[in-house]
Amino acid sequence: MKRNNVIFTLGAFLVLLAGFFAPSIVTNPFYFFAGYVVVQYIVIATGWNVLGGYAGYINFGAAAFFGSGVYLSAFLFNTFGVPLWIGIIAAAALGALLGLAMGYLTLQIQGVYFAIATLGLVIVLETIVHNLPGLGGARGMAVYGPAPPAWSGGPVQYVFFVILIIAVACVALARWIEHSWIGRGLRAVRASEDAAECSGVPTLKLKLVACSISGAMLAAAGAPYPFYTNFIEPVTAFSLLIGLNAIAMPLIGGTRSWAGPIIGAIVLASAQQIATVTISSELNILFVGVVLIAFVALAPNGLLGLAKRKSAGASK
Amino acid sequence: MTTRRQFNKLATLGTLGLAAPTILSSKAFAADKPIKIGASVSLTGPLASTRAGEIGYELWRDDVNAAGGLLGRKVEFVIYDDQSSASNVPAIYSKLVDVDKVDVLISPYGANLSAPLMPFIKQRNLFMVGMFALAGNDRARSDKYFHACPWGPDSMLGWPRGFFDIAKSINAKRIAIINSDLEFSSSAAQGGNQIAKEYGMEVVMNQSYPPNTSDFSAILRNINNVAPDAVFVCSYPADSAAIIRGVKEIGINDSVQIFGGSMIGPQYGSLLGSLGEDLNGLVNITTFVPAPTLESPGIERFFERYTPIAIKEKLDPLGFYIPPFYYVAGQIIEAGIKGSQSVDTAKMAQYLHSHAIDTIVGKVAFNDIGDWTKRRTLMIQVQNVKGNDINQFREPGKQVILSPEELKSGNLITPYNAARKAS
Amino acid sequence: MTSSLDIFLNAISTGIVLGSIYASIALGLAITFGILHIPNVAHPALVIVGAYFVFFMGQWGVGAIAAALVGLPVFYLLGMALYSFYSRTFERQGQANVLQSLTLFFGLSLVIEIIIALLFGSELKSVDASYVGSSLVLGPITMPYRLLVPALFAPIMIGALWLYLHRTHSGTAIRAVAHDDRALSISGINPTWIKRHAFGIATATAVVGGAALIIMGPVEPFAGRFQIGRVFAIVVLAGMGSIPGTLVVAIMIGIAESFVSAYLTPSWSPGVAFAILLLALGLRPQGLFGATR
Repeated sequence: MKRNNVIFTLGAFLVLLAGFFAPSIVTNPFYFFAGYVVVQYIVIATGWNVLGGYAGYINFGAAAFFGSGVYLSAFLFNTFGVPLWIGIIAAAALGALLGLAMGYLTLQIQGVYFAIATLGLVIVLETIVHNLPGLGGARGMAVYGPAPPAWSGGPVQYVFFVILIIAVACVALARWIEHSWIGRGLRAVRASEDAAECSGVPTLKLKLVACSISGAMLAAAGAPYPFYTNFIEPVTAFSLLIGLNAIAMPLIGGTRSWAGPIIGAIVLASAQQIATVTISSELNILFVGVVLIAFVALAPNGLLGLAKRKSAGASK
Repeated sequence: MTTRRQFNKLATLGTLGLAAPTILSSKAFAADKPIKIGASVSLTGPLASTRAGEIGYELWRDDVNAAGGLLGRKVEFVIYDDQSSASNVPAIYSKLVDVDKVDVLISPYGANLSAPLMPFIKQRNLFMVGMFALAGNDRARSDKYFHACPWGPDSMLGWPRGFFDIAKSINAKRIAIINSDLEFSSSAAQGGNQIAKEYGMEVVMNQSYPPNTSDFSAILRNINNVAPDAVFVCSYPADSAAIIRGVKEIGINDSVQIFGGSMIGPQYGSLLGSLGEDLNGLVNITTFVPAPTLESPGIERFFERYTPIAIKEKLDPLGFYIPPFYYVAGQIIEAGIKGSQSVDTAKMAQYLHSHAIDTIVGKVAFNDIGDWTKRRTLMIQVQNVKGNDINQFREPGKQVILSPEELKSGNLITPYNAARKAS
Repeated sequence: MTSSLDIFLNAISTGIVLGSIYASIALGLAITFGILHIPNVAHPALVIVGAYFVFFMGQWGVGAIAAALVGLPVFYLLGMALYSFYSRTFERQGQANVLQSLTLFFGLSLVIEIIIALLFGSELKSVDASYVGSSLVLGPITMPYRLLVPALFAPIMIGALWLYLHRTHSGTAIRAVAHDDRALSISGINPTWIKRHAFGIATATAVVGGAALIIMGPVEPFAGRFQIGRVFAIVVLAGMGSIPGTLVVAIMIGIAESFVSAYLTPSWSPGVAFAILLLALGLRPQGLFGATR
């Protein structure tokens, strides 16, 4: 365990270092544009998995949290000139609050109801944003970010580094949860909620903690987005595709461990990025649909589960 | 620490400053290489009905290449599908510029998809032709942005102005405004409100409704209740159909003189056909209709070739609204390159800012932010339509031009209820 | 001149009619999700398939209602096939968990939408019928036939389904399967067959829902997405498995939306169904018509 921690910390540090120096090695900005999307989905998938993978509570509404993060940081910047890092903290706080409220309202009910209630949250929040003129309503908001710091190498390189920091922080947190008493408790909840409750696991408290952490990560993923696109509007901020990818990526990678969502996000988001600039047609979305069906049918525990099964078969 | 910072700074300079001249000089030696034009088109998603525009690009490219290309170089398009989503746009255009190394860009369709690009083209000093975005360049004020569409200067107000000019000419005082909660129609409604104020009209009702509303009876009853003189409708295709149907079903107050203004949908063949004679009397904005005042050999030849392709590919069989302007986008680039005798975007922009150019939709001149110096959107009234045959819309006289004055091809019939029945 | 009483009466009647149309879209889900506990998020996409089926038959001169009737057996078989795929996928892995079945149907709905878009293009499609464009006028109330005709579908389907579930042997078996698989197999009925049969019926309702949708207004391949939220809200709010409750709740939501449109502003109406749902889930999780468990 201890040695693993050292390796993980070292790995995280190396990733950040690589991200910091990347702009001086990789001169082509395209890789930062595409890379941003991939890393953003690592954050989303990791955040989703804290509740969905560890506790088994399906959140259809990742876009609700993501979108509120997007809008909060954009609003704070446009009206008060609040810098991005405060925007990220504020977004995480809002996401945690939303998650907590959502948890209080719905966690007493069974899993599927929870999933549907979260879907509802997306629509309610999107409707609210549509009707608030201060947030630009349907016309959206242009966000012309400040000049990036000189060391960053450019605006897109800068937001890429920012989302990379968020990703490393979220993955570290998710990994810690997984190995701590929270993770053990959540696994008990997933296996059987009643049994866990009977054996003295504080299930409701655990679920609320998971809800808030998950919500905070999802909202933090949205905070740098306005500075990536320079323009936000409700339809893309609350897009169904975000909620869909948030579920699909952990599922593809494997929901049992922190590495699963990362693998899933890298595989699926890169495939989507490549498909966008190669296949360029309906086939792109068709591809996502087929991949989803294939994974559910053939590899229900994701790539990690598949790898485990392979190695178990080999050792036999 | 200092060394790293300096190293990074140097790298920044390299990407921002030094890269441009290197690309330029390599272009100078690349006379045999094709000129590349990069664009994204919404092949899928809610804006997929705009994909017919791609035919415009292809026809222009074929015409230019058949005539020997530009400066002796062939023209080539690099086109990706943005899936109608603004979140795909930054990566796509970075791919076009940084990986595919295109020479000039054409924007995606509309303001929502173009907005993410504006800081990018400004920072990177890129040449882009704008497609259908209202006020696309008002904030970024790039001097290498040229609009292919006839919105004219101050387009946020220019787009609704045609309708309110007609309302003013018939002395309408009380206006009702309804709009869909989407970007384009919200902008139009906001512009409408401002112009109503400017013209001293009273906005007696102002309602927005969510996309995918299929029942408009409540809204229409509220309109009938306030008895306005004119109803300014800013809608998208599905709601436009539902509103026209609703008017037929619920009826409309006799006080209403003119109805319509900013309805997207009745420009497309599919809705013109399916609504047919129910459209009679509608006063609406469009960009092109068959009319004696708009005839030219260029546009005729365009439609001769467009129609069979569109029918074969199941795209808009009429294609009045969007496709001609995709051809125009190509012509703007063509004029810039031929006029300045180079693919240096600064020289191209300079030429386009100082010369009026010929296109298949007429002579076009640009102001300092690339908008047409003169608005050329059309306000039409649908008249004399019988049944649902789509081909009747190819004849003049079905959509008569009321404004602008110099293109006028018919007279307004009022009130709306009389115009609906007259045929 | 319309008076405020007229607006009130019309808001109520429009709400009832819209709600009834929502019910015909939600009905299939009330069976798959409410009775079989399969979270079939692809149901709205299947409704769109139904709408395109009706459109396609319309090209050959078949009226919308006749097309829906022709479609019933076709969609019943399609539903059986879908269930076979579903159960085979999950039988092999033992119990299906919610995440996997949700994802499966999510993937399926994407595939369905794209196939429709590839076959028919993504432009709006509509059907024409003699009753489209005219209205029934009853005193102050004006009701377009375009809404009135499809609104009749749901009560008829729900009545027939209720009779079937309560008066026939296989109907009783469907209700039983919701409660206990094993008891059913002891009594000599194959639960898998019963579930497949029920899934078939649920999918058959999609073609009727699709007919309702396309009579009401033009349809595009991705139109199902906007219904997912509302139909789930209806089914959950009605209480899982309550078929008549589906109609009542759908009408309540229809009226609520219609009132928001008439008196507040239509732009708030998409949130209405969910605001009600979120409140109800907090206060009465078993739904309005569900039995306490």
